[in-house]
Amino acid sequence: MATDPNLRLVHPPPRQLRRAVPDQVLGVMIFILTEIMLFAGFISAFAIARSSNDAWPPPNQPLLPVQETALNTLALLLSGAVLSYAGRRFASDPRAALRPMIVSMLLGAFFVVFQGVEWVSLLSDGLGLTTSTHASFFYVIVGAHALHALGGLGVLVALVAWLRAGTLTADGFWAARLFWYFVVLLWPVLYWQVYLR
Amino acid sequence: MSSQPTVEHGHEEHGHEHHHEPAFIEKYIFPLDHKYIAMQYLLTGMFMAVFGGFFVYAFRLQLAFPGISVPLYGTVSPTEYNALVTNHGSVMIFWVAMPVLIAAFGNFLIPLMIGADDMVFPKLNRLSYQIFLASVVVLIVSWLVPGGGFGGAWTAYPPLSAKAQYSLTPLGSTLWLVAVALEFVAFLIGGINFITTAMNSRAPGMGAKDVPMVVWMICIASIMFMASVGPLIAGAVMLLFDQNLGTGFFDPDKGGDPILWQHLFWFFGHPEVYVVLLPATGIVAEIITVFSRKKLFGYQTILYTAIATGVLSFFVWAHHQFVAGIDPRMANVFTITTVLISIPIAEMMFLYIATLYGGSIRFTTPMLWALSFIAEFLIGGVTGIWLGASGMDIYFHDTYFVIAHFHYTFFPIAFIGTFAALSFWFPKMFGRMMDETLGKIHFWGTIIALNFIFIPLFVLGAAGQHRRIYNYNHYPELSTPDLQSLRVLATVSLLVLIAFQFVFLFNFFWSMFRGEKAPANPWRSTTLEWTTPSPPGHGNWSPNDMPRVYRGPYEYSVPGRDEDYWPQNQPS
Repeated sequence: MATDPNLRLVHPPPRQLRRAVPDQVLGVMIFILTEIMLFAGFISAFAIARSSNDAWPPPNQPLLPVQETALNTLALLLSGAVLSYAGRRFASDPRAALRPMIVSMLLGAFFVVFQGVEWVSLLSDGLGLTTSTHASFFYVIVGAHALHALGGLGVLVALVAWLRAGTLTADGFWAARLFWYFVVLLWPVLYWQVYLR
Repeated sequence: MSSQPTVEHGHEEHGHEHHHEPAFIEKYIFPLDHKYIAMQYLLTGMFMAVFGGFFVYAFRLQLAFPGISVPLYGTVSPTEYNALVTNHGSVMIFWVAMPVLIAAFGNFLIPLMIGADDMVFPKLNRLSYQIFLASVVVLIVSWLVPGGGFGGAWTAYPPLSAKAQYSLTPLGSTLWLVAVALEFVAFLIGGINFITTAMNSRAPGMGAKDVPMVVWMICIASIMFMASVGPLIAGAVMLLFDQNLGTGFFDPDKGGDPILWQHLFWFFGHPEVYVVLLPATGIVAEIITVFSRKKLFGYQTILYTAIATGVLSFFVWAHHQFVAGIDPRMANVFTITTVLISIPIAEMMFLYIATLYGGSIRFTTPMLWALSFIAEFLIGGVTGIWLGASGMDIYFHDTYFVIAHFHYTFFPIAFIGTFAALSFWFPKMFGRMMDETLGKIHFWGTIIALNFIFIPLFVLGAAGQHRRIYNYNHYPELSTPDLQSLRVLATVSLLVLIAFQFVFLFNFFWSMFRGEKAPANPWRSTTLEWTTPSPPGHGNWSPNDMPRVYRGPYEYSVPGRDEDYWPQNQPS
């Protein structure tokens, strides 16, 4: 019976379980799993539509701004890198994280505003939501990402406020960083799938 | 990390600091306590089950006696018939099975069974219920708008669901879709809570193999839900755009593809079956061990088969689309994966039977429900193998054989599983015992009627009766007297089944207030929820007496001990 692992006849006092990942971080990780599957759904639907249409994107509609968006992609990636730097500064001195956090936030805001400007010019060039299935997918997928970026920016603003008030915890900051990394790293995949293919 | 000057009193959402009893409104209307949120989910799910039951009552009477004025409803028009069928399915799956099995029992059981004082994120938990309640309101409003409720089946295939000239109720179909989407958001939030709590808040000493099976099952189901729901949310957004903004994602005229929706829907829809199945099998595991006084046979094997089922269930979805024009080679692949998935489930059922073997079985009401789950679900599972084979499915597709098959899976899951769990944990939930005699009357009335409803439907389906027909009198070869008498038999059995549910409702509410007072551990069970008073107070245990775990959850009839059960929290 003593060999049965479920039955411990000699009892050491049970120890508190070690949390491998803090609660908030684990919660955000599970949320990101769902988000990855959401965008996998969009991207696979887009790929099916692409493979079942001969001319893709349709020839008689305005082209997507590939080069400009490449620049914008760099801005977003830089924002993620700066936030990662802020996380490392936070570990040694929370106050020192403030400046890189604001820089990261401004770069993220630049990305969203730039996307908005692009949308306005595409719309004025005649690429509407219902122009073609390609255009519909473009607006829905990029729009879904833009909503996530706006949500992430809101979180970054809150982080700055909490840091200033002195209520930002290491776990909370870690969880928020994870979400912003998701927004940042998702974008190159979308750029490759939607703009380049 | 120790040098890190973290600021105290963060924005974390732990409820550890309030262990006092909250005031009425805080306790019952906007509770943070997982037990009261569980009650809210349970009662809302029961409330919705009344609608789901009323809908099936109305359209079954129309099928058995075409054109009659249904008591309490009136004459069922063809459009109303479609809306009734659609909303019966949607309500029973999304607003009864999910909230009761996963949300109510998940919320109630997870913290109690792992020895935690509450969920990790109580405020998110409350938000989850509030969003769920909003989805209920939106769904009910969708039945009342001009044009009536959505009638494009719970699978909502476009173009029927996408175009107003087909659905005939543009507002109803949009509201239906919004309600489903809100419901998903509610369960996303709830699922994050379940998984995080089970991972991080277990009592000291509770390793992975000391976790009761039902907690494992609810967590695996939550992970599956998280991983499968994304593509459907994507599809739902696209369908909403098609309905309201004139896009053509699913419209061939505009370069879209209606089959695409079917893929997105069933990529979620099939794992969803196992999302609700796994918690029910976990409930059955808890009950059969207690009432056979035996250790669960093959704890690890059951766990691994559940995980295998979960993984495999992501690769079977296209068996719903064998006649939708998919590539026949793809149909072969999905036939193989579908038939494969019966192996882990069959294995699980055999392990449950092995648990019963040689035990000292007591036929209490919860045990009867648990045993009937195994028996009835097996019928559903075995007929599923036929439908999974693409050759058979081409004949059986969209017949009543399919209806009978999935009701033999969903009824055991959503109702037998719920009744088993309710009669078993009722003493812990409300501090009083349910009446055994009434419980057994309810059990036999339900089980016998259940089989008299669905066995005729197998026969009708095999005879070629298509499922989406409003009045079979319009089809001479389907309106023969022998087929019609089977329809009448199924409908009358349904009325009997519904009548016996009033026995349950009486027993439930009467026992809640007048039942015999329950001791802390009425079933002489080993798991942690029975070590706290019935019902548990706020915080579940007193803060300086939180449980510690010394052994696995199923130590029954251990040789050499005075008692035939050995609770998880006893040092020796």
